[in-house]
Amino acid sequence: MAGMKQRIFDLYGWFEQRLGLGEAITGAAEHPVPSKTSSWWYVFGSAAAVLFMLQIVTGILLAIVYAPTAGQAWNSLQFLDHNIRLGWYLRALHGWGSDFMVAVVLIHLAQVFLFGAYKYPRELTWIVGVFLLLLTLGMAFTGQVLRFDQDAYWGLGIGVSIVSRVPWIGGALVDILLGGPILAGPTLSRFFALHVFVIPGILLALVGVHAWMVLRLGINEWPMPGRLVSKKTYVAEYHKLTQKSGIPFVPEGAWKDALFAAAIVLAVMACAAWFGPFGPTGQPDPTIIQTAPKPDVAFLWIYAVLAYLPANLETPALFIAPVVIVLALILLPLIFGEGEKHWSRRPGAVLMLTGVALTLGIFTRLGTYTPWSPIMDAWSREPVPVACLKDRTPLERAGAIVFQNKQCRNCHAIGGEGGMRGPALDGVASQMTEDQMIRQVLQGGGNMPAFGNALSPAETTALVDFLETLRSGRVPAAIDASRNVAESPGPQPGTPNLPARPGR
Amino acid sequence: MEQETMQPIDSQPSGELADATTPRTDASGRSRRIFLFKMALFLNGMVGTVLAIPILGYLLGPALRKSASQNAWIDLGDAGDYPEGETRLASFRDPFTAPWDGQTADIPCWVRRIHGNDFQVFAINCAHLGCPVRWFAQSQLFMCPCHGGVYYADGSRASGPPPRGLFEYEHKVAEGKLMILAGKIPTLASKNCGGPRLTQIQPAASAEAGSGIPSQKPGDDSWPA
Repeated sequence: MAGMKQRIFDLYGWFEQRLGLGEAITGAAEHPVPSKTSSWWYVFGSAAAVLFMLQIVTGILLAIVYAPTAGQAWNSLQFLDHNIRLGWYLRALHGWGSDFMVAVVLIHLAQVFLFGAYKYPRELTWIVGVFLLLLTLGMAFTGQVLRFDQDAYWGLGIGVSIVSRVPWIGGALVDILLGGPILAGPTLSRFFALHVFVIPGILLALVGVHAWMVLRLGINEWPMPGRLVSKKTYVAEYHKLTQKSGIPFVPEGAWKDALFAAAIVLAVMACAAWFGPFGPTGQPDPTIIQTAPKPDVAFLWIYAVLAYLPANLETPALFIAPVVIVLALILLPLIFGEGEKHWSRRPGAVLMLTGVALTLGIFTRLGTYTPWSPIMDAWSREPVPVACLKDRTPLERAGAIVFQNKQCRNCHAIGGEGGMRGPALDGVASQMTEDQMIRQVLQGGGNMPAFGNALSPAETTALVDFLETLRSGRVPAAIDASRNVAESPGPQPGTPNLPARPGR
Repeated sequence: MEQETMQPIDSQPSGELADATTPRTDASGRSRRIFLFKMALFLNGMVGTVLAIPILGYLLGPALRKSASQNAWIDLGDAGDYPEGETRLASFRDPFTAPWDGQTADIPCWVRRIHGNDFQVFAINCAHLGCPVRWFAQSQLFMCPCHGGVYYADGSRASGPPPRGLFEYEHKVAEGKLMILAGKIPTLASKNCGGPRLTQIQPAASAEAGSGIPSQKPGDDSWPA
């Protein structure tokens, strides 16, 4: 037994004599870190790296089956899902791994921001981290394109439309992005090269640089209120701190990283097993237009923002906002490189982080149910509530049919069913008079199309008659005060003697 | 620390090798080698620059193609097959397709036959962000499922975020066939898409038809007389 142990030790010695890595690795692993950094708050960076490794492994495994051609990619996903043993599970691991990686990278960024870890001397670590975030999002987007289904096809179409709005060079950029006149074979091949070679290559290199700088500069110490960062004294203070209260990173600091990494991979495995892979949705056949494309969860907030921006702000916002955001992230450590690290002394930072998180959360939530989109089949699918038809005249019921038949329901809900693009019409009779309704229906306005070309006078009469029944029993119908005056018997003092107008 | 055991293994061989080499260290040889190294660096820079030309040409190739070569006249079938006063979905095989494009080269479009040989052919892509618009004959509207862009029957913008009307393909009727000039994906950057038309008021409002609003630009060959 002792001989065996000796032989293993000799073998290690043989390699170590030639490689010389053991010393460096041991030194890096055992380097002292401030004892308070052994915290559950410090595990997200290593977890992101572990998820990246998982993505590389599952990605390579998918690449041995996936066919990166526009004509066959979708079929090869079906083949993976149904004909390759556990192919569906590998797809699910890769898809869920991607969502987890984006989330963990964002949490890592938020934690580093909140703990002031980007301050001197770790400015460059933060800046490289910003590019790591952008590359991670780049992987998520290109990966979504490789899942070459309807959502991917039209989602890429959205990307192309955005790029086409770049002033002056938009057309050339579209051509380069597509690799041809349309979104087809060469386009997918380009995104395959980006997703499989270009972005992961840069990502790997930058992860190496990022980790190297963490080792070189030391992990950020636990922030204390009142302990200010100064470029003159910080390095000496940090050195003193690690000397005084340092613990070797492995194993005393790293056990939490290791445990969390295992937990997060287990969570990916569980989600993959429980929820399965993403898509593929319908095949990427542009002639099948019965589709409402939607991006993956990481980009839903952009999709929502694009729905709410006014048309004239859209192009400036699309190209100025990202530049400003990225520049702000890069300049942050260069401008605020010194001073207080603790969150309790940086209310502005806490407020900003909360604001950004809330904004992203709200827009993502909106992106899940897209209240700005017409529901394309609501007019033929949703029943008119019984209460709206009970005890109604034939004309009013005919109006309900006009209401459905002219696709009003696609944008307007009744009884909680229907589109949310326009206002719900359950109480419209309390808000608009007959004349106002006729004008609105025929001429449109306020983001509603004019229906004057699509409605005959008879249909308009029936429709408005139906709409006039839509109010809750307790709220009175909207009235036109001037009509009351005109219809009241006898001449009023000070008003010209006009003949009373009939009800219609 | 337990690193002491590793150190002797590492340091021995490198010291031995250093002793074995006896480099010439005279000043002239040294400056010659430095000069040669700088020249080699310069040469690499030159080679790299020359190499970059074909690489950039390869990458930018799609953008350098003449836009005229990205469209061709495509037959959409007999003009008579499209009923007057209706808008129908048609599709065509893109003329510049690669064999591995699969279904992605099947491009749909909306054909509106107003009357006679008076046609409008709209791209499927919403002018906002390129999603496929759907035609609703009952309400005479195109609706987009993505962000709620809506267009009238003549392709003009009705409501929602689109900055303009639907993209139109240039078209003609030749020997009874409806032909469109297509091939390149229509975007806001491509100049080959016609502008919006002023034909919003249809025969129903015939009183205004003679009010002098030109429904056709002079010299527009997409509107055959």
